Amino acid sequence: MPANYGPFDKAEWLRLEKKADELRRLTLQTAIWGGSGHIGGAMSCMDILTVLYYRIMKLDPKNPEYEDRDRFVLSKGHAAVGYAPVLVDYGYMPVEELKIFNLTGAKIGMHLDSNKVKGVDFSTGSLGHGISLGVGAALAARFRNKDYMTFVLCGDGEMNEGSNWEGIMSAAQFKLSNLVIMVDNNKCMIDGRVADEMNIEPLDRKFNAFNCNTYRVDGHNLSEINEALEAAIEYRNKGGDKPTAIVFDTFKGEGVDFMKDNYLWHYGSLDDEKAAKAFASLDAYYKERCERAEKEGK
Amino acid sequence: MGGMAYTSIEAEQLTTAEYYGKALHDLGEKHADVIALTADLAKSTKIAPFVKAFPERLINVGIAEQNMFGIAAGLAKNGFVPYASTFSIFAAARSLDQIHTDICYQNVPVKILASHAGTSFGQAGSTHHAIIDLAVARSLPNMTVMCPADGAEAYKLVLASYDIPGPVYIRINRGFDAVVYGGGPDSVNFVWDKADELKKGRDATFIGIGAGVYQALQAANMLEYDCDIHARVLNMHTLKPIDKEAIIRAIDETGCIVTVEDHVLQGGLGSAVAEVIAEYGRPCKFKMLGHDNSFSTIGLQEDLLTIAGIDANGVAAAAADLLGVKLGGRDNWEDEY
Repeated sequence: MPANYGPFDKAEWLRLEKKADELRRLTLQTAIWGGSGHIGGAMSCMDILTVLYYRIMKLDPKNPEYEDRDRFVLSKGHAAVGYAPVLVDYGYMPVEELKIFNLTGAKIGMHLDSNKVKGVDFSTGSLGHGISLGVGAALAARFRNKDYMTFVLCGDGEMNEGSNWEGIMSAAQFKLSNLVIMVDNNKCMIDGRVADEMNIEPLDRKFNAFNCNTYRVDGHNLSEINEALEAAIEYRNKGGDKPTAIVFDTFKGEGVDFMKDNYLWHYGSLDDEKAAKAFASLDAYYKERCERAEKEGK
Repeated sequence: MGGMAYTSIEAEQLTTAEYYGKALHDLGEKHADVIALTADLAKSTKIAPFVKAFPERLINVGIAEQNMFGIAAGLAKNGFVPYASTFSIFAAARSLDQIHTDICYQNVPVKILASHAGTSFGQAGSTHHAIIDLAVARSLPNMTVMCPADGAEAYKLVLASYDIPGPVYIRINRGFDAVVYGGGPDSVNFVWDKADELKKGRDATFIGIGAGVYQALQAANMLEYDCDIHARVLNMHTLKPIDKEAIIRAIDETGCIVTVEDHVLQGGLGSAVAEVIAEYGRPCKFKMLGHDNSFSTIGLQEDLLTIAGIDANGVAAAAADLLGVKLGGRDNWEDEY
């Protein structure tokens, strides 16, 4: 799918809401097939992934290696249980791959391997690596005079890793406006809430202090997500000379009422009863989201 | 003379790192996809010729080695062949996670130039010695591990590294190495995955790597003069994949092996050779020389090698012990009176 920069009207908003809903369901289903998964952090970044993959990024579903494609780095690699469904839905691999997620011998599992999974630009899993990889990809674009963008998605807890800040420093030093560093700021990590364990706020002010073109928006409002991402691209197109950083304020487990904002759902499994409740919760959630799009969309 | 070895008296005009810089320049001239990366050590790792010729192809990340190797992987995933230089200890220890995951797991052609290896930055002390890096690098899947014996060989080896698929760890010393290949790069018979036999012999085999090669060669000369013992000397410049055939020939034809490395005994050259000997299953007298579970003191490298028993005298003594001969038989003190 080539980049779609048509107007973000009500119809577009509703189209993306439907896609986000389908992907949330496929994510839960994948965790059920696999027995368990990092559901919380996958749900928190699903709206960001939806806008990126179904509107913003230049990609070709028939050719994942398309040279001028935009690059994506899932620095919070454990969100693969949410990212793999995107790649399947995109057409890079059959849904059968999700049915054996995490099982012995499967191509896809908890963290994705770029040498095995089509459409994955970089293998990730160990936190604090993605920004440096993204800087490399963005520099490669500059060396080759390519106009592709590189998008890196980090977790907020991940920002505890010092290597991220080495990467951000260098992105600013090298004036990589073709790099967009995104944080899925769901405010939870494995052992507790980020603010209680090792606070990383104020994230937007930190990015500003590191010389980034910074935005901070609601990471569950598709319109705001789109606006920030389009602004990043426009900033680059108009000759901006800083990397863009976008802090997306999100909730862990967004979409499922009993998971939402609960750090204990960093990783988990769903029995039949919980699965039924989770899907029912998604029904209500999707309805609310569509109502908002109908009301606020233009 | 800080960091200059006594061997500089008979050294090449270029240090080993300067040979690396020359090779990097020549690679850059030939291949547009070669990019140089450094973490505030462009000067120390001697890549000036490349920087002068191709300033737009240098990426200096400041003092941030982890970021450097991550960026290198990002470039390599997009079609470039990055040469990332830093001190060995900051590559193998500080940046191991990036080298493990971003470079080796993704199996991308990042060439890691790890300088100031072993105790070659002797006076800087153990924070800047790298005596664990071969063990680390050797354990990484997909990684090729190389270590030249001197500057001339470093030149040939770095040129060869471009064509070796996947990641390559190249370990070189600081300053001047004692000269093993006296005729410069043209005198180096370099086949990247074959040990170089520097001296023929049937009584024992000395296998050296890096600074150990010169010591092994000197020891072989001493034994030949002193006790008519003829030791074969192998330069094992490529530690992984190791030249098993050369080791098996050494077992079969000499039955006695001494390994010499400026590295701990745990996991380096000696261990790699021991694995081949053990699997081959034929008896072979064997001694490993290296740092034995200890950090080195500070000092000049040649002194530190002597203290650790990794110098020519140490090699000769180990061989004499294995072979049951007495050293010093040809000493003649008459002219001292």
